[in-house]
Amino acid sequence: MKPAAFTYHRPHSLPEALALLAAHGDAAKVIAGGQSLGPMLNMRLAQPAHLIDLNDLGELAAIRDAGSTIAVGALARQHAVACSELVRADCPLLGEATATIGHYAIRQRGTVGGSLAHADPAAQLPLIAVTLGAEIDIAGPRGRRTLRAADFFVSVMTTALEADEVVVEARFPKQGAREGGAFELFSHRHGDFALAAVAATVTVDASGRTRATRLGVGGVDAVPLALHDAAKGFDGRIPDAAWCLSVAAAAQAHIAPEDTTRVPALFRKEVCMVLMRRALARAAVRAGGQ
Amino acid sequence: MDKVVIELVVNGKPHPLRVEPRKLLSDALREDCRLTGTHVGCEHGACGACTVLVDGRPARACLTFAVQMEGHAITTIEAVAENGRLSPLQQALHEEHGLQCGFCTPGIVMTFEAFLRDEPDPTEAQIREVLSGNLCRCTGYHNIVAAIRKAAARMRGDEEYVAP
Repeated sequence: MKPAAFTYHRPHSLPEALALLAAHGDAAKVIAGGQSLGPMLNMRLAQPAHLIDLNDLGELAAIRDAGSTIAVGALARQHAVACSELVRADCPLLGEATATIGHYAIRQRGTVGGSLAHADPAAQLPLIAVTLGAEIDIAGPRGRRTLRAADFFVSVMTTALEADEVVVEARFPKQGAREGGAFELFSHRHGDFALAAVAATVTVDASGRTRATRLGVGGVDAVPLALHDAAKGFDGRIPDAAWCLSVAAAAQAHIAPEDTTRVPALFRKEVCMVLMRRALARAAVRAGGQ
Repeated sequence: MDKVVIELVVNGKPHPLRVEPRKLLSDALREDCRLTGTHVGCEHGACGACTVLVDGRPARACLTFAVQMEGHAITTIEAVAENGRLSPLQQALHEEHGLQCGFCTPGIVMTFEAFLRDEPDPTEAQIREVLSGNLCRCTGYHNIVAAIRKAAARMRGDEEYVAP
């Protein structure tokens, strides 16, 4: 349970970090909070020859109002995001989900960029990014580029990041008027990765009828699934319990988890169904629709 | 792999060390600084026994490399009692039988010394949510929760407390 040997680098600016990454490429891993990479190093699931520590890049830790989005720096700690007044006011779904990551001590160190780049299919931040259609900014030797969350997550723990690139910022759309959001997860033990997780937003019109619904499901596939289309046929309705059931049932048809030794596919699907109904119902109440 | 020279500031005291970059903070504290109050359980962040404070915030010492901590202030369980007097949290854990074997206790103390500063008047649900990050195989947690509530009340001044 001790890591293999590595050379340690501690850049003090983003250009310095990118130069190190360009020099070492596949032989290097970047470390931020270390709450996912740390265990992988200790268990020798990862044995990079070089470790590039981003913790001194304080300029990447900001959480700011960017107009129609909340921009969260890659190095922003999860605890800071969960407690941020800006996030709570303008993107409460992000705050609610972030507050459930791991444990209190884990969230003090764990970062937003780290969680996105790690891309665990059951993790909270990838699910919220995909559900809300966040934009992810990436920096590399060829400059900066921006990807939609749906294009960023490629497969299990695999993203569109090249070996010489790092995540620098994620921008989460603000909650709209008459919009409510909710996050639900189920795990065997508190703080474990979710067996399944659901994020939902419901927007209603002045009469309380649904105008738009977003529904994301994590933990059931290689990447978080956005099932907004499944909810499209249910606009213009009062979002009561029957509505939640109908939308969840329509969405469930698009979920096909695999059997695993500990979790049969049928059980995971059933858990998703319950989580979707709960999330839709809470989101609808928060939207003011029911 | 070559060792590097670093200075680790632990409980306000500088420790000049020669360590491999891969040396975990938990091992550097125990083996190099000779501060064995920080306990090592799972070494992958799950059990919480090695929790220390980094610049006042709780962190798993097993998920941190000593070399990363240069320029940061580490606080360990050894600094919690002042002049041999238990902190209100330690005293309450003692009174409420919040420990048996004591292996998990340093991590719990460090976590809640920080949390009770963040949240001086926590609900039981909040306490249990935070405590979920520290595994205890002896107590069943009830007495730990009772101790934390008692300590919080005393630290707020709601309950009189005379340090022994």
